[in-house]
Amino acid sequence: MLDSVDIAARIDEILASHTGTEGALLPILHAVQDSFGYIPEEALVQIARHQNISKAEAYGVMTFYHDFRAKPAGTHVLKLCRAESCQSMGADRLASHAKEQLGLDWHQTTPDGKITLEPIFCLGLCACGPAALVDGKVVGRVTPAKLDQIVKGMR
Amino acid sequence: MRIWIPRDAAAKALGAEDVVAAVKAEAARRGIEVTITRNGSRGMVWLEPLVEVETPEGRLGFGPMTPEDVGQLFDGGPLSLGLTEDLPWMKAQTRLTFARCGVIDPLSLAEYRAHGGLKGLERALKMTGAEVVQEVLDSGLRGRGGAGFPTGIKWKTVHDAPGERKYIVTNADEGDSGTFADRMIMEGDPFTLIEGMIIAGIATGATKGFIYSRSEYPDANEVMAAAIAVGRVEGLLGQNVLGSGKAFELELRVGAGAYVCGEETALLNSLEGKRGTVRAKPPLPALQGFMGRPTVVNNVISLASVPVILAEGAAHYASLGIGRSKGTIPLQIAGNVKYGGLFEAAFGLTLEKIVNEIGGGTASGRPVKAVQVGGPLGAWIPVSQFATPFGYEEYAGQNALIGHAGLTIADDTADMMAFARFAMEFCAIESCGKCTPCRIGAVRGVETLDRIAAGDRAAIPLLTDLCETMKAGSLCALGGFTPYPVMSALTHFPDDFTTNIREAAE
Repeated sequence: MLDSVDIAARIDEILASHTGTEGALLPILHAVQDSFGYIPEEALVQIARHQNISKAEAYGVMTFYHDFRAKPAGTHVLKLCRAESCQSMGADRLASHAKEQLGLDWHQTTPDGKITLEPIFCLGLCACGPAALVDGKVVGRVTPAKLDQIVKGMR
Repeated sequence: MRIWIPRDAAAKALGAEDVVAAVKAEAARRGIEVTITRNGSRGMVWLEPLVEVETPEGRLGFGPMTPEDVGQLFDGGPLSLGLTEDLPWMKAQTRLTFARCGVIDPLSLAEYRAHGGLKGLERALKMTGAEVVQEVLDSGLRGRGGAGFPTGIKWKTVHDAPGERKYIVTNADEGDSGTFADRMIMEGDPFTLIEGMIIAGIATGATKGFIYSRSEYPDANEVMAAAIAVGRVEGLLGQNVLGSGKAFELELRVGAGAYVCGEETALLNSLEGKRGTVRAKPPLPALQGFMGRPTVVNNVISLASVPVILAEGAAHYASLGIGRSKGTIPLQIAGNVKYGGLFEAAFGLTLEKIVNEIGGGTASGRPVKAVQVGGPLGAWIPVSQFATPFGYEEYAGQNALIGHAGLTIADDTADMMAFARFAMEFCAIESCGKCTPCRIGAVRGVETLDRIAAGDRAAIPLLTDLCETMKAGSLCALGGFTPYPVMSALTHFPDDFTTNIREAAE
């Protein structure tokens, strides 16, 4: 686990690399999340100062977007598409199966911290649904059996 | 021996990476030297991973390839499809925008040029901005994002607007279910988009461009970023575009999972580092867009269609299509469909042809119930309206919209009330919160649909009334168009909404 000095130093690096970028807040938030897996609260103060906005404004932006997390996710993140094309191929049944197998609802993480389950709205894999994003990798035609295999690999 | 294996996300999702490893292993085992090129997709998703072997006669297709079957690439076998170009799906298309997608190495500017790329830009560099604008106006190109606004008029507004600094922004926030054309072109032929953006810059006097893409598209972002880097190194981008003395800089930005940022003003706010809330119009983004400066905001496919318009001339493009829908449209055939994928054709095809002939009906083999055209904000079209020709006005006349030309097919097991509820739920999740009809209406919509589901017939007129309010009173298409899927489901499939009422009566 990083201590707050490390965090501050890393965020300074990120902020420095975005100097002169027009409308830099989203790229900065992405870079911070890529570094830490989430947006630490202390980071927001530092980012706000750099961007010359209030902490509330930075917080408002961060919380507007589904991708940004205030807390770390599980070791593995399983995102299942909920959109219509995938629904027409059984995404709802697949989602129920996943929730049951993992004992989770959307946005929850298993107690051992290993798997986070999230909904996603369209991966552009609409002709090979149901689709999933498994730790950032695309998977198509996900059946309950295939999902069990994926989950097994994560445990 | 040159072998082509797509790096398209759909091919990857269906196992392309494992196929690459297996081909390498098999070639090594046989002592054959192979060069593997990772191309884009030809658009036949049911054949992915579609592997091709280059021969003197042309490229032989094999698919859907599996790691176990890679021996067939060397020996032939049942997965052999013959020449890819001769497949009926390929021959039946008019590929203008997607002419190179799946054909070339997406990151080779030399191959791009060898296949007709940069011809449009080279022509545009010899023209004045006003002449380029006129060419795009004459082509009849309209916004492929869904609104269908004439691209040339938007460009003309930016061209005529005073300002030292102007911007070209590509809306690549392709969040609509059933659509993947933007993703495919970014993964398969990114230079087409870059070329289109530079031409837009020449036309309007803009020297800076942004591509606003999605975090849900990691593969497209990887290819796009690499293509921009290649473009800088090879002098396509930068202070001296192709030695012309004109400048164009390009930056890729990635959203963060907010659907509403596909709306152009929300996108601009997001690009500026703000919450992705919708702005009231006027002022038009063309006059006060990114950072308050004149900005072209165009969809990926609109911009990616510009190079061929400049290369072949406006008249050629305008000779295709029907009525006021000129040129070609990349249809994305998706959902419960046997032969799903991307099919580029001139406007005017009927759903009957698209769904039943080209798409081959449902994947499940059951009868088609309805097709949602234009993403989550598009209407569900019943089989009885399948004769409507594919065009902007033709669909508007049926209380529908073509949107980004994505088609989600559902079979007869689909519960249309569940889809209607989902549309409201999605709107509630994704609403930016700025206007009341969308922010509150969507939540009330879910509640009202739950009342109907529980057998409360009195809630049906309430739902209709709510949809009227959302349609008329919302600031943007999210709240304003959510009534399309809801009302089309209710109008065409009323029985799905009264199942419990009947059960309660019995």
